Amino acid sequence: MTTIASMIAAAAICVSLVLTLYRLITGPDATDRVLALDTLAINAIGLVVLFGIVFGTMMYFEVSLLLAMVGFVTTVGFCKFLLRGNVIE
Amino acid sequence: MNAIAELTVAALILIGAFFILVGSIGLVKLPDTMRRLHGPTKATTLGIGSLLIASMLYFLTQHGQISFHELLITLFLFLTAPVSANMIAKAHILRSKEERSRLPPTGRKVDWATLEGAPHRGD
Repeated sequence: MTTIASMIAAAAICVSLVLTLYRLITGPDATDRVLALDTLAINAIGLVVLFGIVFGTMMYFEVSLLLAMVGFVTTVGFCKFLLRGNVIE
Repeated sequence: MNAIAELTVAALILIGAFFILVGSIGLVKLPDTMRRLHGPTKATTLGIGSLLIASMLYFLTQHGQISFHELLITLFLFLTAPVSANMIAKAHILRSKEERSRLPPTGRKVDWATLEGAPHRGD
C-alpha cells in the first residue's frame, strides 16, 4: 500500500515541479523567479524524503537537510542582490 | 497494528503530496506576486510536514528505530520559511513602483521602514 501511495505522490510532486518550472520561466518579475526557485527547492526536499521512504534508507535525510539549507541561503542571497544590488556589502 | 501503521503512512504520504501540488498550482494560478507568496507556504508547512511525519512513522514501524533527522528538517524549514517570504516581499515592494504607491501613509515624519535606504532605480 505504501508503494502505490508513494508512486502517486511521486507523480504529484513531479507535476508540481513542472508547474514551478513554468513559473520560473515565465515569471513576469525577478521576485517571481526567486519565489519559484524557493518552491523548487521545497518540492525537491519532498521528493528526496519520499525516495528515502521508498528505498527504506536513512541516508537521504542529509541530502534533504542540505537542500533545505542551500535553498534558504540562495533565496536570501538573491533577495539581497535584488534589494541592494550586492550580496555582501 | 502493522496494517494500521501502513495505512497511516500511505495516507500521510498522499496528504503531503497533495499539499505540495496545491502549493505549486497556487504559484502558477494566483494573479500577482504578493498573492503568489501565499501558495507555496502550504507546500512548506503541510506538505513537507506530513511527508516527514510519514517518514518518521515508517522508520519507527518498519525498522524499529526512531530518527530525529526529520524533526531537524522540520525545525529548519519552519524557521527559515518566514524569513525568506519576508525577504521576497521586501524585494518586491522595493522593486515595483506601483506596489510602493499603494502603501498607506504612515502618519509620521518617517516613511515606511521597508523603504529606508532604498536605492533609486529606474523603474
